[in-house]
Amino acid sequence: MKYSYFPGCSLKGLGRSYEESLLPVMKHLGVELTELNDWNCCGATAYMSVDEGKAAVLAARNLAIAEQAGPEDLMTPCSACYLVLNKTKHNIADYPAINATVQRALGSARLAYRGSVKVRHPLDMLINDVGLDVIKEKVVRPLKGLKVAPYYGCQIVRPYATFDDAWNPTTMDRLLATLGAEVVHYPLKTKCCGGSLTGTVPEAGLRLTYILLKEAVRRGADVIATTCPLCQFNLDAYHDQINQRWGPARIATVYFTQLMGLAFGMPAEQLGLKRNFIPMKPLPAPLSKV
Amino acid sequence: MNTNHKNGEVRIGFYICHCGHNIAGMVDCPAVAQFIAKLPGVAVSRDYKYMCSDPGQELIQQDIREHKLNRIVVASCSPLLHEHTFRNAVAAGGLNPFFFQMVNIREHDSWVHTDRAEATAKAKALAHAAVSRVRFHRALETTRVSINPDVLVVGGGIAGIHAALTVANSGKKVFLVERDPSIGGHMAQFDKTFPTLDCAACILTPKMSAVRSHENITLWTYSEVVKVEGYVGNYKVTVKRRPRYVNEDLCAGCMECITACVFKEGKFPDEFNAGLSKRKPIYIPFAQAVPPVVVIDPERCLQVRTGKCKKTCIEACADRHAMDFSQKEELVEIQVGNIIVATGFKLFDAKRIPQYGYGQFPNVVTALELERLVNSSGPTAGEIVLRDGRRPKSVGMILCVGSRDVKTNRWCSRTCCMHSMKLAQLVREHTDADVTVFYMDIRAPGKGYEEFYDKSLKEGIQFVRGRVAEVTDWAMAPEEEGKMVIRVEDTLAGFVRRIPVDMIVLAAGMEPQADAQAVRRMFNMSCGTEGWFLEKHPKLAPVSTFTDGVFIAGCCQGPKDIPDSVAQAGAAAAEAMALADKGYIEQEPNTAYIIEADCSGCKSCVPLCPYTAITFDEAKQKAQINGALCKGCGTCVASCPSGSIGQNLFEDEEIFSEIEGVLAYV
Amino acid sequence: MMRIERTIKYEGDRVRGFGKEVMGVPGCEQLWSCIQCGTCSGTCPLSIYMDFSPRQVMALVRADFKNEVLRSHTVWLCASCYACTTECPRQIRITDIMYALKQRAIQEGIYPRRFPIPVLAKEFYEMVRRQGRITEMLLVIRLFLKTDWFAALGSWRLGIGMMRTGRFELRPEHIERRAELAGMLDSAGAEGGKPKEAA
Repeated sequence: MKYSYFPGCSLKGLGRSYEESLLPVMKHLGVELTELNDWNCCGATAYMSVDEGKAAVLAARNLAIAEQAGPEDLMTPCSACYLVLNKTKHNIADYPAINATVQRALGSARLAYRGSVKVRHPLDMLINDVGLDVIKEKVVRPLKGLKVAPYYGCQIVRPYATFDDAWNPTTMDRLLATLGAEVVHYPLKTKCCGGSLTGTVPEAGLRLTYILLKEAVRRGADVIATTCPLCQFNLDAYHDQINQRWGPARIATVYFTQLMGLAFGMPAEQLGLKRNFIPMKPLPAPLSKV
Repeated sequence: MNTNHKNGEVRIGFYICHCGHNIAGMVDCPAVAQFIAKLPGVAVSRDYKYMCSDPGQELIQQDIREHKLNRIVVASCSPLLHEHTFRNAVAAGGLNPFFFQMVNIREHDSWVHTDRAEATAKAKALAHAAVSRVRFHRALETTRVSINPDVLVVGGGIAGIHAALTVANSGKKVFLVERDPSIGGHMAQFDKTFPTLDCAACILTPKMSAVRSHENITLWTYSEVVKVEGYVGNYKVTVKRRPRYVNEDLCAGCMECITACVFKEGKFPDEFNAGLSKRKPIYIPFAQAVPPVVVIDPERCLQVRTGKCKKTCIEACADRHAMDFSQKEELVEIQVGNIIVATGFKLFDAKRIPQYGYGQFPNVVTALELERLVNSSGPTAGEIVLRDGRRPKSVGMILCVGSRDVKTNRWCSRTCCMHSMKLAQLVREHTDADVTVFYMDIRAPGKGYEEFYDKSLKEGIQFVRGRVAEVTDWAMAPEEEGKMVIRVEDTLAGFVRRIPVDMIVLAAGMEPQADAQAVRRMFNMSCGTEGWFLEKHPKLAPVSTFTDGVFIAGCCQGPKDIPDSVAQAGAAAAEAMALADKGYIEQEPNTAYIIEADCSGCKSCVPLCPYTAITFDEAKQKAQINGALCKGCGTCVASCPSGSIGQNLFEDEEIFSEIEGVLAYV
Repeated sequence: MMRIERTIKYEGDRVRGFGKEVMGVPGCEQLWSCIQCGTCSGTCPLSIYMDFSPRQVMALVRADFKNEVLRSHTVWLCASCYACTTECPRQIRITDIMYALKQRAIQEGIYPRRFPIPVLAKEFYEMVRRQGRITEMLLVIRLFLKTDWFAALGSWRLGIGMMRTGRFELRPEHIERRAELAGMLDSAGAEGGKPKEAA
């Protein structure tokens, strides 16, 4: 199985443990990832706030490079990149004005985009392409006794609910169950974490993060599993500020790929787990091999 | 055959109508009249302001006499509106009405164009086509088809019941076919009705009894229509009568068999109580069921499914011997003249909106379920309680569930504002709980409805204008612990609120029945984009359909309340009775006919006729068309490989000349 | 003392054509169908912090109250979580309308100076145009310097935490073909140039 791979700026920066856990896990499953050559920032929410023509061009450059690179699907682990690339695809296909702007700009760099790239999320690929059966076979250290709250965040299910339900997604739930973990019923699984507002308007942004942490603790989870680097940062790095403002709500947040790595028997150091502000509780001692 | 144009001179009168500003605003009528005047065979060519008016019609008649016209063409509006008018005018002028051709230059031309020059050119082309065609018209006579006075009513809800009673009271025979084991429909499930707070059962059951005892009504419940053949006045309908396994004539409704059933307790969802209670495989739908006869659910009864049962029910009925497991499904054929379809609606499945928690949280119910809770013959004997038996102290009612939403159903379900207010009043009466109604708009247009809204307000029911975003079970404040929390923007007050409640009632909307498409095809009806059965005209013909002799009434035509359903049922009954009393209809003479000399006996046409009007005469080795059955669809005409079938009003030469007429101008 | 304010809107306060212009952004025509039901505000996690709720902003846009909308901080508090767009019963692309309003605010320079969010957007824009990629720490530092460097000092703990976990990276990430990207960006968009400074 081969895919083009679009890491995005965050996976090389604050979210590097996502990449650190994603790459070995994919390799272990026999999935070959080829990082997109000279990929640029997707623009996230910032570019759409400045100019939609420029935002489309910025994202489309990546799509053009991906299309040139080969017929493989483009795997995009970062939620914001996933949303922006898909949105750009839709905009180019649905709105001739945007398409014209993009093709003209791409043309000036001798690039073109014909609309054939499929932008896919790792959860989508793991469930639909690799298959839960294959993943189950690779589990050597089932996460038995670990209570995980699956947190999807907003951007992989809204507004494009392509591979999962927008209100109650279950792909990660099923994946975590396959890893042997106990999936906690977590009704806030798609509620916004505050995004970039945690840094710019903390009284609003951090409170959203606080609500997520508080409810996960209340529901008895040991750890929150997430798919987005910004969500992971928000849920992980602001505990003391949240504590100060509203009260305690202490729980670790990891990437689902890190949990996969642990279940596959990979050592924690290799999976970037030491980069967490709030360390994950040690896994419960493995039960006998029955 | 067509001979007029050969024998005598064709003298055509052409009239183009201004229709006030409707046509003249876009089409240069005098120019068209002048153009047509120059065509061969046109003796008179006029433009006139309102051709359909009396002077307009008299103009035609006068011209026929004075100018010895023998063909008339009128270019005006749609034939659906005035073809009949003009044919009558032509007939009154002494000419056979089928020497007339009408051209639609309003709906087909002036109303759909914005360029005067183009519109005028199109009008000329269309008029030219008609003038070319009308030469070949022949004199035709309409045929009369007699109407069977019997009427079939499909659906035994309040609309069907009212229609059946109205027709039956006029002395005509009515077949009332209902799919459920009892008539009564949804109205039988209601507790009180708005705006008078009458008890639904009290006003419905007398009508149900009247149906049962009426000498002119044949009531077949637990039955379905499976095939409809024929045409207006002469329908042959096949009804499937499902076996109850109980003899209707012998059963006294004592229910001893139900008590004796080997199932000691109910195990299966009780449909009448909206699934809130359980019934046995042998049951009576509700106490006032009509007919008051027990029915056995064939999918749940041990005896029917496996043949191995102690059959305690038979023992219990030892004195009357009403149980009969040998019953089989029966197909019965009836002949009727008119059909009234009143098949009702289906409730929107609230599970499709997971945001409201139906099916997830135990104390979220639909309005219909609440009706059953409130009703004294319901599963809780009229006590409004939560699943754990406690009385609710706070109730939230969410309106427009599934309605007015592009993602589910675009339309407004029309009755929910009113029934929610009614239920709110009943909840206050029964429990004294705090009731809050969450709405986008309050629609209370009927007689006494605005006063009912005021009554609701005066009784202290809170109204919050805001469409509920979600129902959650995670608490953000101490008073929210253990309750369901409604998050909504109170748009009038201007802030977002979180409101904890014990119970939530969803005003789930109305939808067409699940099998609406199959049913409408069976009766040859159209439906709108939304799936409701289509009326012939939304304002002027609300209960007729495009198929003569088939009428619709009640919610199958669109969401409405009981007063409107009853009114429509009466209207449909009146239309059916009008046809039946007249005794005949005039059939348009557009039937096909075999040109025997040319027919080679290949039989290609025989299986194609959707009305089975074509048979094969083995002796003559020729096809034969029954003019009475033929509806003039033209399928056989187009299919005949040797061109041996002609069609009155649509002869080959008529059509080809029309095409040439258009092309010549274009 | 109680502060009394007179609030009444005259026709002169409307900027005729503003609503139509915003609804001309691809995908935003559905705003004509808004029935002001309030689902957007009810589901928005940030609406409780906004001066005008999302529903009110929709009404203001449609009624051409440009200044009121662009001067509110609602558009800046939108986290683009798309909950409103998903729940709207008329399928109005509310989030995209918020983006369109952000663009107009930045282009016309209507936002408070040193207000972090539009500053962040502009810094982000600049960095990508120069380097092709974002180096998060550099971006954050630039943001603090331009808005509130007291807050930067207050976040020293966060900074230490990031260094400790190896997430503190100051080396700028960049692409190879930087000039190519800059050229492409310049050829697109409303003015083809830089967004305006704050008024």
